[in-house]
Amino acid sequence: MNSPRHAALVGNPNAGKSALFNALTGARQRIANYPGVTVERKSGRLVLPNGQAIELTDLPGSYGLDATSPDEEVTRKVIMGTLGGEAVPDVLVIVLDASNLEQHLVFAQEVIALGRPTVVALNMLDLAERDGLVIDAGVLENELGVPVIPTVAVRRKGLDALVTAIAGANSAQPAVNHAHVSQTERRLSAHAMAAAAILSETTRHRMHARMDRLLLHPWLGPLILVALLFVVFQAVFAGAAPFVDGLNAGIATLADTVRSALPPSLLRDLLTDGVISGVGSVIVFLPQILILFFFLLALEASGYMARAAFLMDRLMSGVGLSGRSFIPLLSSFACAVPGIMATRSITDPKDRLTTILIAPMMTCSARLPVYAVIIGAFIPARNVGWGIGLQGLVLLALYGAGIVGAMLVALLLRRSVTKGDASGFIMELPKYQLPRAKDLLLGLWQRAWIFLRRAGTIIFTVTVALWLLLNFPRAAEGENQIDASFAGHIANGLAVVVKPIGFNRDIALSLIPAMAAREVAVSSLATTYAVDAGHAADAGGDETTDHQLSGQLAKHWSLPTALAFLAWFVFAPQCMSTIAVTRRETNGWKWPAFMLLYLFALAYIFAGITYWSAIALGL
Amino acid sequence: MTLDSLPLGQKAQITAVDWSVLVAEEAQRLQALGLDVGAWVSVAHRGIFAGRDPLAITIGRMTVALRRVHARAMHVEVAAL
Repeated sequence: MNSPRHAALVGNPNAGKSALFNALTGARQRIANYPGVTVERKSGRLVLPNGQAIELTDLPGSYGLDATSPDEEVTRKVIMGTLGGEAVPDVLVIVLDASNLEQHLVFAQEVIALGRPTVVALNMLDLAERDGLVIDAGVLENELGVPVIPTVAVRRKGLDALVTAIAGANSAQPAVNHAHVSQTERRLSAHAMAAAAILSETTRHRMHARMDRLLLHPWLGPLILVALLFVVFQAVFAGAAPFVDGLNAGIATLADTVRSALPPSLLRDLLTDGVISGVGSVIVFLPQILILFFFLLALEASGYMARAAFLMDRLMSGVGLSGRSFIPLLSSFACAVPGIMATRSITDPKDRLTTILIAPMMTCSARLPVYAVIIGAFIPARNVGWGIGLQGLVLLALYGAGIVGAMLVALLLRRSVTKGDASGFIMELPKYQLPRAKDLLLGLWQRAWIFLRRAGTIIFTVTVALWLLLNFPRAAEGENQIDASFAGHIANGLAVVVKPIGFNRDIALSLIPAMAAREVAVSSLATTYAVDAGHAADAGGDETTDHQLSGQLAKHWSLPTALAFLAWFVFAPQCMSTIAVTRRETNGWKWPAFMLLYLFALAYIFAGITYWSAIALGL
Repeated sequence: MTLDSLPLGQKAQITAVDWSVLVAEEAQRLQALGLDVGAWVSVAHRGIFAGRDPLAITIGRMTVALRRVHARAMHVEVAAL
């Protein structure tokens, strides 16, 4: 018998393909991108009954071989063997949702007609039974002419039979019908086949309809959505705090250990101040990212995500996006990194790119330390009436500015850079399902790994580069290291550029290390002014330092400068994790470069407008 | 009558589709989901904001979300009782 070497799972979206893939390959999965596109390539090891291991790939869900999205294009090319560098699968495993046969058999027939070794997994039989369907797999097998194996992926039922069928499929060539069959004919025969295979059908599938009636209710639906989002954000901010503190402490301990273990040298400083604190400042985002993704994956797996998109579509269509952009943008209020990673659920590539490009304008948690220090120093804690504080009002205005900016930019982008037909919003609302812990954990682990490895390599490089800029050339005796460094010289040049928007040289200098992450601006300013005041204060972010810093800032900056600084951080893309993730998700440097440019331009303009308006108003 | 004006829950059959008003990709996607001449459909839900856009359409055992512009291109006939 000729054993296969590669097999691929194909099927409609929502056929339970991923669950089946996870059940067949376990945690032994590799995730990458297909060459040249940002479509995720998932592959894993599948062990056949004879002990031989083959590669199983999980092809993107597809409604047919006529591709309408990049995902479907990849599926078509892999099946046809026209995707360079990609092995042609020896066996195609078609995954059918047993409770949606009439729909899924259309694509199945199209794939079987190719005449390649094929096995059908009649999946999610348990859900079909719950819906009151009794299905005869034998009838389907006769009609389709290929082995049909009933499976319940989430309960590992039928997996052995499926693997045996995959192993044996290579030698059995199905009879090929080369006659051209139209989509309509396939639809008709799918209808006939489904009717023949469904032995009995009772209308017990009321559960989904009832849940939709509640969750898509004109005013209960949005209320539930808001409540759910509140819980998610509460968990992200409150739940992540102890872990972030723990990580910060761990990073500090590690730096101290290295500092005491090594003799004083430049290499030691590079390790402690450069690598450990730099990479550390990025890793502290991990708890937030993981908690956020836990909820996002659960919402996706349960089928609720599609409902949220449905509820928010009208709102998003106003700026040329669709409901699918809502959740990624919302996630970006916690952190743009998971937000940008979550754009993978947006099928339209132009919608997706637009969403990625505007995501950094959502006010993320890293801006809060910056806002807190500046607002605390310059905005009086005055009541403006009705119990509304002026400080809170300014913070709200900063959030609002980001949202309005993002919407305007989305409108502009959809008319220029990401121009194209309105992407529309046509999307299947999948059945509700209880998410499975194992699939969630696997998904979480994969996201964490992507962030740490892919973003990590770039972040490491940038961190070291920043450290070199700040530490070379070495200062002469009695000279300030920062002033002598490349960064100091860059700051001198930068100071000229940012002078028109009210920034002094100290601010220009703080903006350079803040490229790592926005909140670094705070510790960097603290260092600068602590030196000025003759304090040997550490550049930590604890409250006394913040308090001291606020006092120093109020002495050195005018109010228009402070307001311009706030305005700057609404837009400035000063977060290398975001840039690194954008590079990964758009597969190149073109879009992150574009993002950097337009966001810096916006930051400059908006800070300038704020500065001169404040001066004109006599503030 | 077009699909966008079909009352909630009312079953109807698609009798004609004006494909020319739809973008090719959208038309293809609608067809792939089975929204084509002859299909039996009903409107299950409408959106929450102005215009009650988008619509959730029940077709077979599937629920499909689409916008009013798509629904307006589909002519439907209510089952004669």
